[in-house]
Amino acid sequence: MSENQMNGAEALIQSLEKVGIEIGFGIPGGSAIPIYDALYKVRRKMKFVLVRHEQNAAHEADGYARATGKPAAVLVTSGPGATNTVTGIMTAYMDSIPMIVVTGQSVRGMLGKDAFQEADVFNLTMPIVKHSYLLKNANEIPRVVKEAYHIATTGRPGPVLIDVPKDVGTEPCTVGLEAEISLPGYKPEPKGYGPETIQQIADALAQSKRPVIIAGHGAVLARAEKELRQLAETLQAPVTTTLLGKGVFPDSHKLSLHGLGMHGTAYANRAIVECDLMLSVGARLDDRILGIPSEFCKHATKIHVDVDAAEFGKLVMPDIRCRGDAKAVLQDLLPLVKRADTDDWLKQIEGFKKKWPMGYAKKGGLHPPQVVDALNKLTGGKAIMTTDVGQHQMWAWQFYHCEKPWQFISSGGAGTMGFGLPAAIGAQFGRPGETVIAIVGDGGFQMTMSELATAAIHKLPVKIILMNNHYLGMVRQWQDMFYDERYSGVDLEGNPDFVELAKAYGILGLNLKRAADIPKVLKKALDHPGPALVNVEVVHHEEVYPMVPPGKTLAETVLCHPRRKPGRPAGRKNAPAKPGAKKA
Amino acid sequence: MNAQVPTYNLSIYVANRPGALARIAQTFSRRGFNIESLVVSPGATGDFSRMTITAKGDKAGLEQIIMQCSKLVDVLACREHTDEEVVARELALVKVAVDAAQRGEVLQIADHFRAKTVDLAEHSIVLEATGSSEKLDAMVDLLRKFKIIELVRTGKVIMARGERET
Repeated sequence: MSENQMNGAEALIQSLEKVGIEIGFGIPGGSAIPIYDALYKVRRKMKFVLVRHEQNAAHEADGYARATGKPAAVLVTSGPGATNTVTGIMTAYMDSIPMIVVTGQSVRGMLGKDAFQEADVFNLTMPIVKHSYLLKNANEIPRVVKEAYHIATTGRPGPVLIDVPKDVGTEPCTVGLEAEISLPGYKPEPKGYGPETIQQIADALAQSKRPVIIAGHGAVLARAEKELRQLAETLQAPVTTTLLGKGVFPDSHKLSLHGLGMHGTAYANRAIVECDLMLSVGARLDDRILGIPSEFCKHATKIHVDVDAAEFGKLVMPDIRCRGDAKAVLQDLLPLVKRADTDDWLKQIEGFKKKWPMGYAKKGGLHPPQVVDALNKLTGGKAIMTTDVGQHQMWAWQFYHCEKPWQFISSGGAGTMGFGLPAAIGAQFGRPGETVIAIVGDGGFQMTMSELATAAIHKLPVKIILMNNHYLGMVRQWQDMFYDERYSGVDLEGNPDFVELAKAYGILGLNLKRAADIPKVLKKALDHPGPALVNVEVVHHEEVYPMVPPGKTLAETVLCHPRRKPGRPAGRKNAPAKPGAKKA
Repeated sequence: MNAQVPTYNLSIYVANRPGALARIAQTFSRRGFNIESLVVSPGATGDFSRMTITAKGDKAGLEQIIMQCSKLVDVLACREHTDEEVVARELALVKVAVDAAQRGEVLQIADHFRAKTVDLAEHSIVLEATGSSEKLDAMVDLLRKFKIIELVRTGKVIMARGERET
């Protein structure tokens, strides 16, 4: 078939392949049949994965991108097919994940007439996409796909949606696949800064006695891990990583403060409180890490490096703003940086670490952090970890130690429960030879567990570690701490037998009920060549600490339950223990 | 909206693509900015549009909106202009109910504001006035003594003075 004879849908699939899309996830439907017909007829290199719900298609494309750095396609139909992807698109948007979402649409003549399975997807998704297109004719397709890929992958990455009316897919595309992009308003600006800004940063760093570097997802996406490490080691400055920045600085490094914020380490939070300079590299300084935004690093020089200028001053007003790709900025900065006089500061930080070490309970049942710790040891910290959202997510973040970026995959901004399993499937497609572990809770897992089918069909060796506490644990923790134990809507009674459920899909299912069995059961799951699910019957009541309670500053990080702390006077509810004051 | 809340003039130069207006409007509404007036017109070349937006809100919110608008793929430039930096004009059409006895006074007001009579009927008159928004406000206020049947204003358009870009 010559290019001149292809229809719009065929041009679409061929254009996706041409820009470099290697995999697509989706479910067909009436309006998407031309697209699926093209998949059947003209697809050559692109892999296609049939999922069980469109939300999962988006999460799988997301997991693929977070494991590889490359965008995948989502191919769904109009109306409910498209609206089902909304949570997945929002998840990707909030965390700056590149993705091409192709939605089928009613024929052009029926648009706006409430046709069967018609939804105004272009407008519905507008606030949660980096950009979007509603195709008017087939000849636009090669240009639109090329633009979509360019927009999705450059600057601050993000999802781009292309809405394809059915008859645009069936009409001839006569222009060929070569197309020029036309985006006069698009300015990704990886170097949107001048040498004077770099000099300003270098001068501020040289004067600082107590610097802290916050490394975020932007440092991961820019592949700036080498430069970041060089900067920290040259300066001798400690580094804390955000949830999505995990791994961009090795957790084992002596300058690592690990995570910061609401469930960050007490020593990272204390370092933020005490620092005289905060350099944020690719972190957007969101509400989960700030405590009270106006109090965050109040007396420190605040330097904000971000590729997205709209992040400056959103919650924290920086003293120096530097718009640019993290790698480019650090490369320009490094030659100007010398060792700072931080000996006393590092000693102080060692003191914080000794005073408030990370730990967890080991007695009285099975504790989730124990399981994460065991996984860490069994995999040598080398597995790709995905999580759902909630307590288990925080424990995974705290106790799984990553040495590399592109390894810890979690829904940060959106906080999407159910993300873990589909993200693990996407990650496993992207990195087939590697161990991929989904740490999930019993709440989130039940939102997307239909993807067990996808894992089984493709024999993907993902390991699902289900922290089953029969509760929506994080909400229960808040109700426990701040709502006088009024447990409203958090008891997950009626959970299925997850081991039997796994078996029903032909997946290895294992129960883990005693702490003594942890290594044995986990090893059995990890050694199994196919997918495996481990139902971990963890203690029903356990809280994530440290914690910065809502409306409190990082200086008020709480280390244990205010009412259950042994030796504390009864009735002292929610009393925040101030680091610096007497500690547990 | 509180009268104390300041008003800003924004000029947005945008590629003429479907959805551009909706994206910009969303950026304002999501941050609780009240758009007072919005004028969309073709730019100097056909592929681009000029939007002039007058909006109320706090200064910090405005900075965010400018950055968020600038970030939109279709937006080439988004700038704020103070009243002093620009030539600002607006056009108003005012239909006033008048009989022969009142007509003289209405025409006197129109003359003072250099408004033109563009329609004259037995019981009504339509005036066309151009100028700054404040001048139009003043004229409309005086005409309220009579019965204003309809009032249509274009909203403010602005252009930067001198060599400066709008």
